[in-house]
Amino acid sequence: MIGESLLTPAQEQANSLVLGLFLLTAFGMTVARQVQATLLAFVAQSLLLACSSLVLGLHPLSVHLLALTAVTLAGKVLLIPWLLRRIVPDAVYSRRELSQPVNITTSLLIAMALAIAAYFFSVALLAPGTPVLSAGNVSIGFAGLLVGWYQVAVRNEALPQLLGILAMENSAFLAGIAMAPDFPLIAELAIAFDVPLLALIVGLLTRALQERVGSTDVGALIRLREGGEP
Amino acid sequence: MILWAIVALPLLAALFAALPRTERYVLPVTFGCAFGVLVLTTVACGFVLRDGHTVAIAQWVGLDGFAALLELLIAFVLTTATLYSWGYIAATERSALRIRLYAANLNLFAFSLLAIPLVVEPGLAWIAVELTTLFSVLLVSFDNTREALEAAWKYMTITLVGATAAVLGFLVLFWAMRSAGDVTFTYSELALVAPRLAPSIVAVAFFLIVVGFGAKVGFVPLHTWLPDAHSQAPSPVCALLSGIETSAVLYVIVRLMPVFRAAPLLHADLWLLVIGLIAAGVAAFLIVQTRDYKRLFAFSTVEHMGIICFAVGLGTAAAAYAAVWQMAAHALTKSFCFYAGGGALAATGTRTIAEVRGLVGRAPLAAGALFVGALAVAGAPPFAVFVSEFAVARAGFASAHVAVVLLFLFFVGVAFFGLVGHVMHMIFGPPKAPRSDAHTYRLPVPARAAIVIAAIPVVVLGLWTPAPLAALLAASSAALGR
Repeated sequence: MIGESLLTPAQEQANSLVLGLFLLTAFGMTVARQVQATLLAFVAQSLLLACSSLVLGLHPLSVHLLALTAVTLAGKVLLIPWLLRRIVPDAVYSRRELSQPVNITTSLLIAMALAIAAYFFSVALLAPGTPVLSAGNVSIGFAGLLVGWYQVAVRNEALPQLLGILAMENSAFLAGIAMAPDFPLIAELAIAFDVPLLALIVGLLTRALQERVGSTDVGALIRLREGGEP
Repeated sequence: MILWAIVALPLLAALFAALPRTERYVLPVTFGCAFGVLVLTTVACGFVLRDGHTVAIAQWVGLDGFAALLELLIAFVLTTATLYSWGYIAATERSALRIRLYAANLNLFAFSLLAIPLVVEPGLAWIAVELTTLFSVLLVSFDNTREALEAAWKYMTITLVGATAAVLGFLVLFWAMRSAGDVTFTYSELALVAPRLAPSIVAVAFFLIVVGFGAKVGFVPLHTWLPDAHSQAPSPVCALLSGIETSAVLYVIVRLMPVFRAAPLLHADLWLLVIGLIAAGVAAFLIVQTRDYKRLFAFSTVEHMGIICFAVGLGTAAAAYAAVWQMAAHALTKSFCFYAGGGALAATGTRTIAEVRGLVGRAPLAAGALFVGALAVAGAPPFAVFVSEFAVARAGFASAHVAVVLLFLFFVGVAFFGLVGHVMHMIFGPPKAPRSDAHTYRLPVPARAAIVIAAIPVVVLGLWTPAPLAALLAASSAALGR
């Protein structure tokens, strides 16, 4: 990688392992057919984000990163799954999404292509020699962002779409902790307040859809458009 | 102190809505708080005009000229929107729980909107913008119909995906700043260190922020959710969403323009010029072909955001002045149009343009308001939008972009005839009885009052600008220009 590393070899190795698994969960979320499986993959991914910020924050010791670890664990690993399970009816979780516009093999290939593109992009971004805590975080962060975006675009169920947005946010912060470990407050505040609120509101909206429309297949919501029925 | 009170009032009103058995008083209280916010903001603007700025916490919370102008616009639209809501809810909603939910959401939304100009740290501004989405989603879906839920879902997904891209943009921007040896992350400090930032990293931040927040402003092609959300929500919420929320998000982008302009080879101005022109052009033709009058006004918002963007992209001092004028004129006029549209909806029970004829006989107030609103929002003299669009064109001719300005004027012309044509069809012609299944009601007094109050600045500002407002506009354009 580019630039001199501030990390010890042990930190480098542990972080690399975490990053590899992080990308794997991003792929997993994109292709898992069952809503429940997508949720589990998201929890695993959030746990890995917490691990990465813990590893990077231990040496040199960074209060910001340790605080981020704590709020990620509390907010994304515990609170969000609990909120979503409570608010959204059980029937939604066992639902299998059979009608994706792109089949799973193709989806996986597209996701991989996006990840590779993100890698080359981040290498170019890191080229000027701007100091960064761990270059891998930036690459995987951008890759995760693109894969998450692809997930939002390709999934038709309400909850997997939402989890795609949250996966994008995980990825943004994964890159963020390496680029700006002392970023003033924003990451902590965002995860502590915005993200649970987001889960709450999406949960309520999903429940309203289930009750009102009888399905959470948001891909089928196409009534509002120009030239549609007046 | 006064700045804290501005954000505390809506929070107090939201708390009041959380109390049981408050459903009869909660909307008047909300209006009272919004009016209080307007008074406090006016006082704060006075301080800003006297001292140049007012600060609550250095480097975190404060107001300067541009922020004060936006805060004043938000406070005014909020006042009329809460007044209209009072009447709207009284006429349409019976469930005590839903009334309180509406009021709580409206106040929280107001809080997040008011917070955007108050914070001078871009990271906090991002959080405020994210909160505006989260607090307004349930207002968009308030009618709980299939269409409203669809609109809310699209609104939420597209803007939140955008917000996620934008947060990475802010992280990247901070990364560039901290690599240049500065960690005071504020708009003014960023502008100061801008020449020292690594240009390639600033470019990445620019694209992430413009695309990310652009989704929320309604830049084409990320505008698809906007006509859905801005037409399905209750009319006072549309007024807030369309009139001021889009401008508030655009404000965050243009506040960062000094940073982006400093990056060589990025050509940030040119990008904004092109984005603005595309938005204005696409919206102009969408205006012509739409069949729904609330969507009509929503497309007009896409057009106006394009015009502001275009003016900022021109990059001259005169264009910057035109851009802030357009922002102010848009906020006041567009909110008024949605109240008028709400009046038409109450009288006819339909949003379809073809089903509304001879409105002047059925609902004279709504028809008169629509007449004035359509002319004003389309940019007919002597209204405020005309003044600002004229200023944009003049600034454009003075700069090197004459051919582009001609194209811009063509788009404005198309939008003008589209808007005015549609609305005149609704107002005049043989009256048409509403469909038997249509839900119509008589517009209550507070809603009528809101229409009348909102009309005052629309009519007055094109002819006469009060001196303090002119000073605020000048201060804003100074913050925006080169």
